[in-house]
Amino acid sequence: MRSRNNILQNLDWQLILMYLAMVIFGWINIYAAVYNVEHQSILDISQSYGKQMIWITSSIVLALIIIIIDAKFYTVFSYFIYGFMLLMLVVVLVFGKEVSGSKSWLEIGSFGLQPAEFMKFATALALSKYLSVTNIDLKNLRELAKALVIIAIPVLFIELQNDTGTALVFVSFALVFYRQGMPATVLIIGLSVLVLFFLTLLISNLILVGILTAAALTLGFFINRTPRNIAVILMLLLGAVAFVFIVDYGFNTILKPHQQMRVNVLLGNETDLLGAGYNVHQSLIAIGSGGFAGKGFLQGTQTKYNFVPEQSTDFIFCTVGEEWGFIGSVAVVVLFAAMLIRLLKLAERQRTHFSKIYGYCVFSIIFFHFSINIAMTLGLFPVIGIPLPFFSYGGSSLWAFTILLFIFLKLDADRLNVL
Amino acid sequence: MKYKSYENRKIILKGIVVLISIAFIIRLFYVQLIDEKYVLSANNNVLRYVTQYPARGLVYDRKGDLLIYNEAAYDLMVIPRLVRLVDTLEFCELVGISKEEYILKMVRARKYSSHKASVFEPQIPKESYGYIEEKLYKYPGFYVQSRTLRSYPHATAAHSLGYIGEVSPGEIERNPYYRMGDYIGKSGIEKAYELELRGQKGMKIKMVDVFNREKGAYMEGRFDTTAISGNNLVMTIDLVLQEYGELLMKNKRGSIVAIEPATGEILALISSPSYDPNLLVGRIRKQNYPLLEEDTLKPLFNRALLAMYPPGSTFKLAGALIGLQEGVLNVNTRYSCAGVGALPIKCSHNHYSPLALIESIEESCNPYYWNVFKSVIDNPKYGSTRNAFEKWRKYLLSFNLGETFKSDLLIERSGNVPESAYYDKYFGKNGWRSMTIRSLSIGQGELLVTPLQLANMAAIIANRGFYYDPHLVKAIIRGGKKENLLPEKKITMVEPRHFEPVIEGMRRVYAGARGTARWYADENIPMCGKTGTVQNPHGENHSVFMAFAPVNDPKIAIAVIVENGGYGSTFAAPIATLMIKKYMIGEYPLTWYETKMIETNLLSGK
Repeated sequence: MRSRNNILQNLDWQLILMYLAMVIFGWINIYAAVYNVEHQSILDISQSYGKQMIWITSSIVLALIIIIIDAKFYTVFSYFIYGFMLLMLVVVLVFGKEVSGSKSWLEIGSFGLQPAEFMKFATALALSKYLSVTNIDLKNLRELAKALVIIAIPVLFIELQNDTGTALVFVSFALVFYRQGMPATVLIIGLSVLVLFFLTLLISNLILVGILTAAALTLGFFINRTPRNIAVILMLLLGAVAFVFIVDYGFNTILKPHQQMRVNVLLGNETDLLGAGYNVHQSLIAIGSGGFAGKGFLQGTQTKYNFVPEQSTDFIFCTVGEEWGFIGSVAVVVLFAAMLIRLLKLAERQRTHFSKIYGYCVFSIIFFHFSINIAMTLGLFPVIGIPLPFFSYGGSSLWAFTILLFIFLKLDADRLNVL
Repeated sequence: MKYKSYENRKIILKGIVVLISIAFIIRLFYVQLIDEKYVLSANNNVLRYVTQYPARGLVYDRKGDLLIYNEAAYDLMVIPRLVRLVDTLEFCELVGISKEEYILKMVRARKYSSHKASVFEPQIPKESYGYIEEKLYKYPGFYVQSRTLRSYPHATAAHSLGYIGEVSPGEIERNPYYRMGDYIGKSGIEKAYELELRGQKGMKIKMVDVFNREKGAYMEGRFDTTAISGNNLVMTIDLVLQEYGELLMKNKRGSIVAIEPATGEILALISSPSYDPNLLVGRIRKQNYPLLEEDTLKPLFNRALLAMYPPGSTFKLAGALIGLQEGVLNVNTRYSCAGVGALPIKCSHNHYSPLALIESIEESCNPYYWNVFKSVIDNPKYGSTRNAFEKWRKYLLSFNLGETFKSDLLIERSGNVPESAYYDKYFGKNGWRSMTIRSLSIGQGELLVTPLQLANMAAIIANRGFYYDPHLVKAIIRGGKKENLLPEKKITMVEPRHFEPVIEGMRRVYAGARGTARWYADENIPMCGKTGTVQNPHGENHSVFMAFAPVNDPKIAIAVIVENGGYGSTFAAPIATLMIKKYMIGEYPLTWYETKMIETNLLSGK
């Protein structure tokens, strides 16, 4: 029989081991990505890899603190933490430093933090709190809308910082809503909208309208042609056509040229390998040239000679692909899949709504980062600047993911204390 | 309770994770294991194939004096993709170009390739190279590649040496050894001996980073190949004689060709006016070539091989040889001459009549030779004028008149020895007799020869009946070992014994009391010669002379043509004599005619 009090025994060590494996393998790859002959020591703190070591050590300290703090703290203070982080977002908008177009850095002494990264776990806490308090039915669109407000506020602030990548991460909460009873049709409509969005950009409007009309007619032919059904189909058709024209207009007027370019490159409308497509092209070259077993540690030519921009951060998976090959890449993918499935399992075994929903939030955020990041390095998705959790170089992101994960680990370890 | 109804959703979420992971693994499988193009691209990114240009072979004269050597020059290369110029003006100043030129060059480089290197500014002289190289680190995307340029220490024999230039697209297509920007021999021996001179290019494979900075050799240089230097050439040209000939021909239009009869080696090949071969090297070539090409005196035109003249009286030697071989002429045959009143061809020399063979050469009697010609063409044993003419023509072909030589001269004219068909067409079949085409007998009419053919004719007589195709390269030095080139001996249709009376006549041209070149005789060297005065309907006659020396065991055979020089004895004969003396004796006391030859300007007033 497990002791309810021995916290070390109650912690889920599987998840912790996966976490450590990712952090350490990430560190090795950061070392390879920015390897510098003059600073060969992996502990040299003048280099990114040395700094990452400091971030890793401090993350472990953070994790310990989180585990020591009473689990009730997170439930009780969730709105407070959410509010505090929102305040930080406002602060960064006023005092923040602009780095490559995004005003998302808060400088404290010589090092910078990105409040937006921490907003993820804060929002997860607040959302869990809200959804667990009462008998909220997410089929009820009014209640869904209220929950959406909790997400929308940070998204707005982050978008104001010009950090679209991070703002997009909050879309991942849709999975939490889905798990909590949001009608599947909402998710399906959402997906259809996404597909229609891309089709609008890919093919000419007239052809698309033709296809939609044909689809509507086919549908009308097979179903029971009651006046109501016909009306629904007509509404859907009109809605879709309107959407097509709005997207087309929006794409050309609202999106910034570099964003348009990125979408175009992905869709194959553009093949500017030296401009917007450069990152993805070089990333694919790096991964593709890795072959089965990779070129070996520190042997990646793409990596070593800086052909892939942002390689230690958003494109860290290239290094894995080039130096560790198919074996290493698959290992990383499998490690993430294992972690995500483990998270699902842990979420399901929670006894409180709060812990369970929070578990799903952790799952959704990590899943979103993982799938979007890998998809973009593999040229399957437009380049959205978000890091690969636990792997990418960066203090804020590592700290934020560590906090996100360890709060859940603490909640999970504490589950036996809850009746 | 409510949650129960959504139990299946956790399975769906698990399914999504698994599906996405499988999708990634499939994509990785394709990108890393199936598609080969990424490996290639990775190599292209990081590997720079740096061509190692071999040193082109050196060229020496027959005595070992250096005629062509290599000098270092540097091409400024650009990889447009990597260019990040902060201060374009500063860069332009450094390279010494205007901003407009910069833009033009960049456009051109981009058009070729934005990620492959191309020549931005060719052949930076070594003086400015050091300065540019020092500053170049500031300008990513630019680097220098060392090349060699040809240099000519003596500024002589431009036509024979030829020049090198960048390969044309056509040449690249014909021979895949060459790459854009390589140099190839374009004319002269540079072209004829391209395969010997060029050597073998090498390749160094270097690794570079995204800024094209070198990061060392690929695989420790295991796949590198070193450049192999070209082979050196020893020319047949005698530098001293060549330069002296050019001096004598200064301010005159014409040619000198001197041959060593025993080998066919060309000792001097002068076409005047000429040019300094250094003018066609490197960056200045672009400006100088059109200037030389537009020059009305045509300095680029190699008269020695390409200009065709009627041989004039020098042709009488061939006429005599054919007559002797045909048996219609012997040493004692005499023909009368009425001097200036002679018909149908007047004689330009005043002499007693009738003359025998030897004196007819000494005094260059015209009527003697139409008579000899008549006796050959009207010889009843051939049955018809036509057959006899064809036989006569065969003799000329055996002297290599009307044909080019098969040697390393590449571009030559064949001259002209008309066929009987030509006269059939002109006069009608059977519409012509020996006297119809009598101008041929004195080297006029349709007959045309090049200075080279004339010099070879002198060599044939000096050799008493054989010759070697005149050529410019004596030996190739392959890895320190000298390999002599041995041409094929060619025998003419005239037997050696028939040459003696002709040679005696030629000796008397110098030594005889009435010889047409008697003013230039030298007691130390027994010389043989024959003057010619080529009628020129466009102006002053051309002065022609052919000669060889010494009489026995000749060392040099020579032909000289001075356009608009008047009588053969006025310019061609003294110049040929001076050349022989220079070659045979070297330094000798100044003669009155040497100064005159060097100082006369036949081009002034044109």
